[in-house]
Amino acid sequence: MPGSDIKAGHVMPALDLDPEVVRQARELAAIAGQPIVEMARTHTTVSVERAVLRLGGLDGADPEDGMPWVNHLVDAVADTCGLEQGVALPAWHALISGGYPSLAALASDAAAGKVKFRMPEGADAGAARMAATAALSDGFARIDARKAEREAMIRATADPPKPWIYLIVATGDIYEDIPQAQAAAREGADVIAVIRSTGQSLLDYVPEGATREGYAGTYATRENFRLMRSALDDVSRELGRYVRLTNYASGLCMPEIAALAGLERLDMMLNDCMYGIIFRDINPRRTFIDQRFARQIHARAGIIINTGEDNYLTTADAVDAAHTVVVSQLLNEYFGREAGLATGQLGLGHAFEINPEVPDSFLLELAHAQLVRQLFPGAPLKYMPPTKYMTGNVFAGYLLDAFFNLCGALTDQSILLIGMMTEGIHTPFLSDRDLALENVRYVLRAAGRLGENFRPPPGGFVERRAQQVLAESVDLLRRITAEGLLSAIADGTFGVTRRPADGGRGLAGVIERAEGYFNPAGEFLEGREQFLEAGQS
Amino acid sequence: MTAADAGHTVIRPYGDTTGDGRIQVSFTLPLPSGTEEERALAEGAAAQLAAKMGLEPAMVVHAKAMGPDFTFFIVYGAVRHLVDLADVEVARREFPLLSGAEINRRIRSALGRELVVVGATVGVDAHTVGIDAILNVKGHAGEKGLESYAEIRVVNLGAQVAVGDLVARAVAEGADAVLVSQVVTQRDAHILAARQIAEAFSEESGRTRRPLLVVGGPRFDPAMAGELGVDRVFGRGTTPREVASYLAYTLAPEPQGNAA
Repeated sequence: MPGSDIKAGHVMPALDLDPEVVRQARELAAIAGQPIVEMARTHTTVSVERAVLRLGGLDGADPEDGMPWVNHLVDAVADTCGLEQGVALPAWHALISGGYPSLAALASDAAAGKVKFRMPEGADAGAARMAATAALSDGFARIDARKAEREAMIRATADPPKPWIYLIVATGDIYEDIPQAQAAAREGADVIAVIRSTGQSLLDYVPEGATREGYAGTYATRENFRLMRSALDDVSRELGRYVRLTNYASGLCMPEIAALAGLERLDMMLNDCMYGIIFRDINPRRTFIDQRFARQIHARAGIIINTGEDNYLTTADAVDAAHTVVVSQLLNEYFGREAGLATGQLGLGHAFEINPEVPDSFLLELAHAQLVRQLFPGAPLKYMPPTKYMTGNVFAGYLLDAFFNLCGALTDQSILLIGMMTEGIHTPFLSDRDLALENVRYVLRAAGRLGENFRPPPGGFVERRAQQVLAESVDLLRRITAEGLLSAIADGTFGVTRRPADGGRGLAGVIERAEGYFNPAGEFLEGREQFLEAGQS
Repeated sequence: MTAADAGHTVIRPYGDTTGDGRIQVSFTLPLPSGTEEERALAEGAAAQLAAKMGLEPAMVVHAKAMGPDFTFFIVYGAVRHLVDLADVEVARREFPLLSGAEINRRIRSALGRELVVVGATVGVDAHTVGIDAILNVKGHAGEKGLESYAEIRVVNLGAQVAVGDLVARAVAEGADAVLVSQVVTQRDAHILAARQIAEAFSEESGRTRRPLLVVGGPRFDPAMAGELGVDRVFGRGTTPREVASYLAYTLAPEPQGNAA
């Protein structure tokens, strides 16, 4: 295996965790999550319906105002007949009965107010249902082909050994991002994340085309996805190593971006609605409903999700709130599995964010990281570097990043986001990135197999700390199951930020499903729900 | 004893001997250093740059190829430049740092009601970390945020608030102060946002009492308040208590004006 000399697999001997407590934690997470799943199954959102149209082949935007056709069409259906029964039947009925050559032509007339949508009945409904299903069948065939293409690319190149080294590019200009991403891959990055423009999570539409202007990041668009994936395919062939591409299915357009990611063969996606709730003040109901549909699409597309628990620790204290990370991971595991994701697609997140002034801070980090590793043995855990205590002293920051790398190597984390010594100062210089890679390469070369040769003593500080965090997690899960997850979020349980269920952005885009609701994607996605039934037993 | 203590007003950087002027810099040049010839050229270019920056003599102690097109350098050298302390301008804090209890007491006695603070990040900026550090109970740097003060009522509007919405909400809440944190600095987004806010509130004034305008963020220069049209700018490392002290000092002044 190429590179295995510095990235040899290893397993740090287990900390003693009571399997009964672990079982209890999972059971409580399922109880806490079920009402949310039930809400998602009985509601839809404007973004879910727009994703249906995207999967059905509707692409492009109105040249008049730049608004995507999917927005125009969903808005027009909402205005004239409502979305309670889904966009598909009224849209495909209008397509057939109006003799339109394409959904885009229908959307164009709909935007001009020329189409009166209605719910078809009888044979009309049957015809619309068949046409919609056939269109989505093409869309899912395309996603399936992309997944097969990824597998073929990995066979033709090579799958890098773990930990995968994850690097960020974020210039705002896709044509600047491409050479930077290729350079990062040549220098050792296994995963490239293109950070989104900071405004995008609150846009209720997905921008179109190749973009060259963004704030602290580059817009997620279908064309940008395609350009970057193609450039990384080139560099993967050059290096003989498959370089993965990551973006963000978060914010108000989670389901649509998930669909586009599947259609353009992205490999991993940040996908955690708690991030939008806490940091972007997106309405909790809206985003939980969106998240379920987005994750179902990711499951089908073979995309690994990354969850955002690391973010809590940027506002909450990393020692006091360690258990909130574990609770959120257990919830994300439940939601992810329920949506059909395999364990190998659950890139649960956590972070190295303890104040370095705290005595034994490294031992605490080790305990937390090893606890998570043992709780989720098959999951490709994503470990995030320090940000909160990167003070501008780049020399101290470089040392802290080395300790982060060491902790990640020792506890067998799967995806290491590489820390920058200039974190919080500027978007990394070329040299910052190069030095960061030198740091992680040294640690993996020098200590990549340390896990085999190191065992925290039974009953010692590290083991006791892990047991304590697990126990606190169970206590918090009990409280959440008693009061309800949405109430717990409203109370500021996660990230010390209060987000009530009826507050935030996007609530107006939530619609309760009526009798007769039809979503043609369901046929391709909902077959994967055995887990829920199993979880309820 | 430092140079300043000794009454010197002119100083140089200190390496290991007074007046040696020695410093370290690192930078990247868009030059390859794959071959011996390329490397010699790249190092020569680095030395020339150092000399032009005033480092003389300069020593290129580290040169490393970064991919086929770039080379990274670390250079040590002595600068010729002198710093005259008499010419250094420092923005001094115009208000005393008060305790939490003192802040609450002043607000109670001067206003006889809660002091209302509306906070947000505006425009494209989605980073609430700064405003949350100042406003949330959790606070920052070991100090609790403004929410924890009994006499301060906080309305945190969160991220990406439209300037018009911020003004409307500030009016509706009867805000005594508006706090805006901006982190995003690409294309001077933070400066533009601050100016927009100042303009929006000055349009609104006349109809209502204008709240105190405070902006903050890691890349703001506290000396820019006048230029931006706001009352106060807080830069990197500001703590919640500093902001609370400023608000109490400005909005709830002591009758005799000689406390602390």
